[in-house]
Order: sequence, then structure tokens, then C-alpha cells
Amino acid sequence: MKEKNMKLLRISIIHVFLVIAVVISVFPFFWMITGATNASVDITKGTMKLGKALKDNWSNLQSSANILQISWNTIKTTVIYTILSILICSMAGYGFEKYRSKGKNIVYAMFLLSMMIPFSAQMIPLFKMAAKGNMLDSHIAIILPTLAMPFLVFFFRQSFQSYPNELIEAARVDGANEFVIFFQLVFMPMKSTFAAAAIYAFMKQWNNYLWPLIVIQSNEKKTFSLLLSSLASAYYVDYGQLMLAIVFATLPIIIVFLTMQKQFVEGIVGSSK
Amino acid sequence: MKRKAGPNYNWYGWIFISTAFLLYLIFTIYPAGASLMLAFQGMDGGKYVFTGLNNFKRMLGDTIFLQSLKNTFFYLIIQVPVMLVMALSIATLLNSKVLKWKGFFRTSIFLPCVTSLVAYSILFKMMFSMDGIVNQILIHFGILDAPYQYLQNSGWARAVIIIAMLWRWTGYNVIFYLSALQNIPKETFEAAKVDGANAFYVFFKVTIPQLKPIILLTTIMSTNGTLQLFDETMNITQGGPANSTMTVSHYIYNQSFVYAPNFGYASAISYVVVFIMIILAIIQFGVAGKDN
Repeated sequence: MKEKNMKLLRISIIHVFLVIAVVISVFPFFWMITGATNASVDITKGTMKLGKALKDNWSNLQSSANILQISWNTIKTTVIYTILSILICSMAGYGFEKYRSKGKNIVYAMFLLSMMIPFSAQMIPLFKMAAKGNMLDSHIAIILPTLAMPFLVFFFRQSFQSYPNELIEAARVDGANEFVIFFQLVFMPMKSTFAAAAIYAFMKQWNNYLWPLIVIQSNEKKTFSLLLSSLASAYYVDYGQLMLAIVFATLPIIIVFLTMQKQFVEGIVGSSK
Repeated sequence: MKRKAGPNYNWYGWIFISTAFLLYLIFTIYPAGASLMLAFQGMDGGKYVFTGLNNFKRMLGDTIFLQSLKNTFFYLIIQVPVMLVMALSIATLLNSKVLKWKGFFRTSIFLPCVTSLVAYSILFKMMFSMDGIVNQILIHFGILDAPYQYLQNSGWARAVIIIAMLWRWTGYNVIFYLSALQNIPKETFEAAKVDGANAFYVFFKVTIPQLKPIILLTTIMSTNGTLQLFDETMNITQGGPANSTMTVSHYIYNQSFVYAPNFGYASAISYVVVFIMIILAIIQFGVAGKDN
């Protein structure tokens, strides 16, 4: 009987701790969503109920920024970046894993070592290059410099290890072209690897801040991160409007996360397997 | 007519690698090399000229730089260990066999790590502002009499940044630990239980050694992340009050793009960060290797 009580106590403690962790994790989201529907005055009074100011916040937000343009900029840069980077990095990972090219390992080691170089040690020459190439204040400048991500090359190489070499050999015997083998034969069964990598790249670019802050100047070219940052540093901050903007910037990622949690987790942990 | 995976396939390997390699040479290796050169250069008559170690000497007398270095190490020493211990504890609880609603707990605890760094920074800035929700809750429960200006006090401003980072990154590390815990063979635990070991003994003598590689990985990742901390300080405190929350990366940004641009000096500081990162990684690998 005593043992049973002890067990019950242990189960309760585990649940209580985790409930506290959940409340802390979720509270800022809750506050953000209720805030987006309330007027600034009410938020600063501490209201935590859904309010009626959503429409006002929306029209305020529209008058302080071209929110549709900024959404489009963010979606455009993120989607193009995601597609190109997983294409480039998956090909590189495949090249490293499935061919015995000379000198390959040295290049691969260089890729991995460069993960230790912080962005701050690259950004000044990158800025100068963008200026020289007349690419300041353009979306190409946001996308181009970080397309070859060492982490993704590494991730793809690790994942392709599980693809049987015999299938590649068999396709070669049948006379298939190397690119056909990669894009048709290898791609389909490795779909979830590509999905995980896509989520990683998507998150990285959607949240990108420092580099766009350096290269983007005009309001029409801004992405969500830059918009939020400038709204929040204004002299008078309208809480309702700002929270609505944060909801816009956060919601797409939350939806991706909730619908593809498995691939999402794989994209994060993939590196450690 | 069987073809061998011989020399002609090597070319295909390079073709597959070439795009990434080219981009990498242009946008990573060249800038990193150019930064290193700049680190030894200074402005003279509108042109950059070689000035030897001048930039590095200047750092020793630059109080804002020294302050930012101190702040960065403060975040590193407090935030990283606290976060990793919390993450490991939560992951252990989430892995418990008796836990109900596992999916719900996991999803909720992972949720913070999907928010953009700028978005959550601003959210925390609002929460801890004079008329933010934290003051209102504390006043409501009678813990405070009047709203407190957390972000105007250097100690509290640093605390808010650490609290915010704990919120954003703990769940991220839980993902790593949980997946590693699930990969430990069940027999390992059962063998320990048969020997009559208690839960704490099992955790420290069985679980932790198995998790060592992942603890090393998360430590290095968090260390590198903290050494590059920028989005949070920029959006929560702008480095203030009186530079008390400024990080090294933030200072490099200011030296390059906010104050009168000083690319040589900024590059020199960025290479100090590279140097610190390498030293810390070597130490961390060393500590992890010694126990094996």
C-alpha cells in the first residue's frame, strides 16, 4: 500500500513539473494572441481576454507599414532560399557520400570546419561585395551568401548513407544518367530527409535578421524580422499593432511545426545521429 | 559490358559538389580570409593600410569592448549550464514511462523554439517593460507595490535577456536529449535495476555517460550561439543601459554599421571571437575525452 502511494506521488510530481513547464512555454503565445485583439491601453492594464480591437490593430498596422508587401517579401525570399539551398546542399551531400572523387575529403573537412567561423567574421567583406555588385537593398543579396550551408551538406551526407549503393549500381547497369538516378531514383524514397532539411532552411531564412538588417535599406524591401524590429524601436510603441505583427510573423512557422512535427524534430536532431 | 564505378564517375562527384563548393569559396572562404586581412589594417588618409597589431592593442584599452566581452562571458557562464540542466531534466521527465499525454507535453515544450529570434525578443521586452504583464502580475499578487523598470537596471536587464534565452532555447535542447534518451537500449536500464540501483544512481551512472556525446554537442552549439548573441540584445535592450548588456557581436555590428565605420577594428574583434570559439571547443572536447 505504501509503495503504491509512493508511486502515485512520483507520477503526480512528474506531471506537476511538466505542467509548470508547459504553462511557462505557452504563456507568451497566449499573451501575444490576446494582445493582438486588444487596444494598447487595455494590454498595458493587464487584460488577458480576447478583445475587440483586432480590426483597429489591423488598420493601424497597415498605416504604419505595407504589411502585404512585407509578407510577400518574406515568403518570396524564404521559399526561393529553401528550394535552392536544399537542391545545392543535397547534391553536395550526395556527391560527397556516393562518389570516390579525389580530394573530396579535404573539401568536406573544410566545409565542417567553417561551421566554427561566426557570421560576424564574414559580414564586412560580404557587405562590401554586395555594394560592389550593386546588390545592396535587393532580395538576391539576402538569399545568395548563405545558400551553401555546411550543416545541410553534412545532414544530407549522413542521410544518404542509408541509401543502398546496389540500387545506384543497378540503375547504372541499366544505362541511367547520374542526374536521373539522383533526381528520380534517390529523391522519392528520401522524401522525409528533404522535408526535414527544407524545414531547417525555411526557419533559418524566415528568422534571418542580422544580414538583412545590414543589406536592406528601403521599407518596400523589408522582411518580417526587420519590420518587427523597427516597429518595436519606435518612440511610441502601439502594443496591439505590434502584437498583431508578431502573430503574422510567427503563425506560419507554428503551423508548419504543428503539421510536420516529426520532420521538424528530425531536421533539428539529424545532426547528432 | 559491366561498367565499374571507376575514374569516370569521379567527375560526376565533383559536378554534384561544384555548386555548393563554388558558393562556399565565394561567400564563406573569401570573406573569412578578407576579414582576417582587414583585422591587421586601419584607415589612413581614406585608405586601408597595414597597421600590424594596432587593432588588437586598441582592444586592451577599449572599455566598451572589455565590457561587452565580460557580458558575453556572463551570459555564457550563467545561461548555458542552467539551460542544459533544465533541458536534461525536462527530457528525462518527458521520457518517463508513466507519463500521460506525452504528445501534448512535447509539442508545448518544443513550441518556443519555432518563434523567430526577433519576435520573441520583442515579446519579452514588452512583457518586462514598465507597463508589461510581469509587473502587472507581480502587483496583482502583492509582490510588488509599484511597477519596476527591469530594463533600466543593468543587473535586471541581463537577467531578462537570460530568462528570455532560457525560454527560447531550453525546448530546443530537450529535443536533442529526448531523442538521445530514446536511443539508449532498454536493457541498459533493466540491468541496473536488477542490480538494485536507485533512480538517482541510474541517472548519474548509466544515463549521463550514455548521453555524453550529445551533451558535448549541445554544449558546443550553445557556446557558439551565445558567443554570437545579437538579435536578443539588439531587440530587448539595444545593449543598454550604459552598455551593460552589449555582447561582442553587437559591438562588432555597432563598430561596422552604426558608429563611424571601422571595418579593420571590427574584423579584429570578430577574429578574437573565432579564437575564443576554437579555444573553448578544444577545452570542451578535452574535458569530454578525459573521462572516457
